[in-house]
Amino acid sequence: MTEVSQNIIDLSKEKKQHTILNLGPTHPATHGIFQNVLKMEGEVILEAESTVGYIHRAFEKLAERRTYYQITPITDRLNYCSSPLNNIGWHMSVEKLIKAEMPKRVDYLRIIVMELARIADHIVCNSVIGVDTGALTGFVYMFQKREFIYEIYEEICGARLTTNVGRIGGFDRDFSPKAIQKIRQFVKEFPEALDEFQRLLDRNRIFMDRVINCGPISAEKALSYGFTGPNLRAAGIDYDVRVMNPYSSYQDFDFIVPVGTQGDTYDRFMVRQEEMRQSLKIIKQALENLPEGPSHADLPEFVLPEKQEVYNSMEALIYHFKIIMGETHIPVGEVYHCIEAANGELGYYIISDGGRTPYRMHIRRPCFIYYQAYAEMIKGAMLSDAILTMSSLNVIAGELDA
Amino acid sequence: MVSGYLIYKAIIVVIVFLVGLGIAAYSTYAERKVAAFLQDRLGPNKAGPYGLLQPIADGVKMFMKEEIIPDVSNKFLFILGPSIAMLTACMTGAVIPWSTPLVINGVSYPLQITDINIGILYVFGVVSIGVYGIMIGGWASNNKFSLLGALRASAQMISYEIAMGLSIIALVMLTGTISLQEIAAQQSGWHWNVFYQPLGFIIFITCAFAECNRTPFDLPECETELVGGYHTEYSSMKLGFYLFAEYINMFISAAIISTLYFGGYNMPLIGRFVTDPNILSILGLVFFFGKIFFFIFFFMWIRWTVPRFRYDQLMHLGWRIFIPLSILNIVLTGLGILVFNK
Repeated sequence: MTEVSQNIIDLSKEKKQHTILNLGPTHPATHGIFQNVLKMEGEVILEAESTVGYIHRAFEKLAERRTYYQITPITDRLNYCSSPLNNIGWHMSVEKLIKAEMPKRVDYLRIIVMELARIADHIVCNSVIGVDTGALTGFVYMFQKREFIYEIYEEICGARLTTNVGRIGGFDRDFSPKAIQKIRQFVKEFPEALDEFQRLLDRNRIFMDRVINCGPISAEKALSYGFTGPNLRAAGIDYDVRVMNPYSSYQDFDFIVPVGTQGDTYDRFMVRQEEMRQSLKIIKQALENLPEGPSHADLPEFVLPEKQEVYNSMEALIYHFKIIMGETHIPVGEVYHCIEAANGELGYYIISDGGRTPYRMHIRRPCFIYYQAYAEMIKGAMLSDAILTMSSLNVIAGELDA
Repeated sequence: MVSGYLIYKAIIVVIVFLVGLGIAAYSTYAERKVAAFLQDRLGPNKAGPYGLLQPIADGVKMFMKEEIIPDVSNKFLFILGPSIAMLTACMTGAVIPWSTPLVINGVSYPLQITDINIGILYVFGVVSIGVYGIMIGGWASNNKFSLLGALRASAQMISYEIAMGLSIIALVMLTGTISLQEIAAQQSGWHWNVFYQPLGFIIFITCAFAECNRTPFDLPECETELVGGYHTEYSSMKLGFYLFAEYINMFISAAIISTLYFGGYNMPLIGRFVTDPNILSILGLVFFFGKIFFFIFFFMWIRWTVPRFRYDQLMHLGWRIFIPLSILNIVLTGLGILVFNK
């Protein structure tokens, strides 16, 4: 209260009075805990100042005291709309550090989970754009499909939101036939819901008026801020880690990288819509060509042995003990690995000094980078545009603050 | 005779008031059920059979909630805001002709509280006062989000009232009267005004959406930008009054749309089968409410389908599209009257 009144007193000294509006940290439209201090003239934003750190949980510091497999649950809490992508990105970074090769089946299973997670994330983002423009109905239809994806997660790993899916070196268990059947069902049913949702909005005059030219960013500016992912592609640059630097057998798949032209909310919306279709295409190909074989690599130091073996064989018992006690030592090394997460390039930078925990771990979080540009993007816009820009950038608080 | 007249008026006032409140209460229930229907959900279904007691539960909840009046607010105005909103919402029902008169023992009892000869003007006057409720409430809260909501509401309601009024002028040119009873009576058979005034009808119903603050014109209270808009700081039954006033307004708007453009209590062809005036009167009531319920559903249908405008787009639509259109409508109506000499 005192701070606000101080602001008012300060402002009253100026000739023209402006309002200082605190958008957040507990505003219903900011999906998570962000604060933006806006200087407003009526409904127009003159200046904006973004604050970060409201849910900073010191993940990078925490990781220094945890063994590698214990860091996976931390990554769940980054972008909690698509946890499997974070998990698998982390696994792959560690595998790169220990120079492990994965069997084809692991790659394909991972791609299925990652693309499902991408769809789930884009569902949240796009349907929330609908909610923020006032159309709540599409949101409910899309969330039914997201719910179905969560059921698939449940079938694969037992959890829904913070999935902790897979292990370093593959999967703890293969997909059950029921999981495969559910994925097939999803692939069959989802396009209809997606089209229905898109028909509800994309040619709706009110929606188009709201989102076209709302929070635009030029390709140059987006690049100089370090944008990646759908937000960069909406600005017209076809950068996709899956294509530029294929990991996990993405080179085997045939898909299109959609790009926009204007970099505004409408383009971001449409790019995400198309990416969902492409993800579906990838899942379909992966299901068709799913290779036989083990669902994890031959990495006894990371993959828990069968219980039967633990009781009957010396090596299995030793590895079991070492894994559970977190005594697996990682060779000295330094590695950066990035994946195309739902929101952009998610990178893990690990330095190992040969111990059981990383010496230092840094996460390149796309949301953190988008949020830097947010204040500039909303300058001169109206309050409603600011909300829409935020939701179309898909800034997730967990990933922003880490 | 005078006492009998007073008793009859008192009864009809109480009935209209209670029916208005009841329909508004069940509109909240209907809104949630319609939303659930459109969104593939169940909606309220726990309180009573099919959740039918939900409005009562909500009302009780509203009364039981702690009443918070912010320290920094102007207390008198803070209480005045929702009171005005509720009062004006309840007053508009007075001039609506619900049906043809009932004839009992040779005495005619019109089913209308009062048939003043300036019915339309009365409705507009009262509705215009309604904006003060929102404006005062939002301003008195001393909250920036409330203030923004109140500003949006007053700007929106004032600008759309102009287009609404202009669309009514064309209707009045056609009917030659501004008494709602006479306008309703003129539309017997198939002579519904909507067939003579299609453009006027579209303008009117759009403006009615804006006047009721319903989607796509729900900017004053849009929760994703302004938290709760003008009623952000309100709690307990004062919040209930605002929400309730909105539903009563919706009911009255539906009634006025039906009266002005859809023949009110008239139903084509019914006169061929029924001749008794009392039965006709009751049937008229049924048809009238049928039309009202359809429009209430229409309001909800729109709400759960389309997004909302941005503030400047709303103003653009109001001033630069609807006002010229309604003036065009007046000109066209004038030409029509001249040519067809109706």
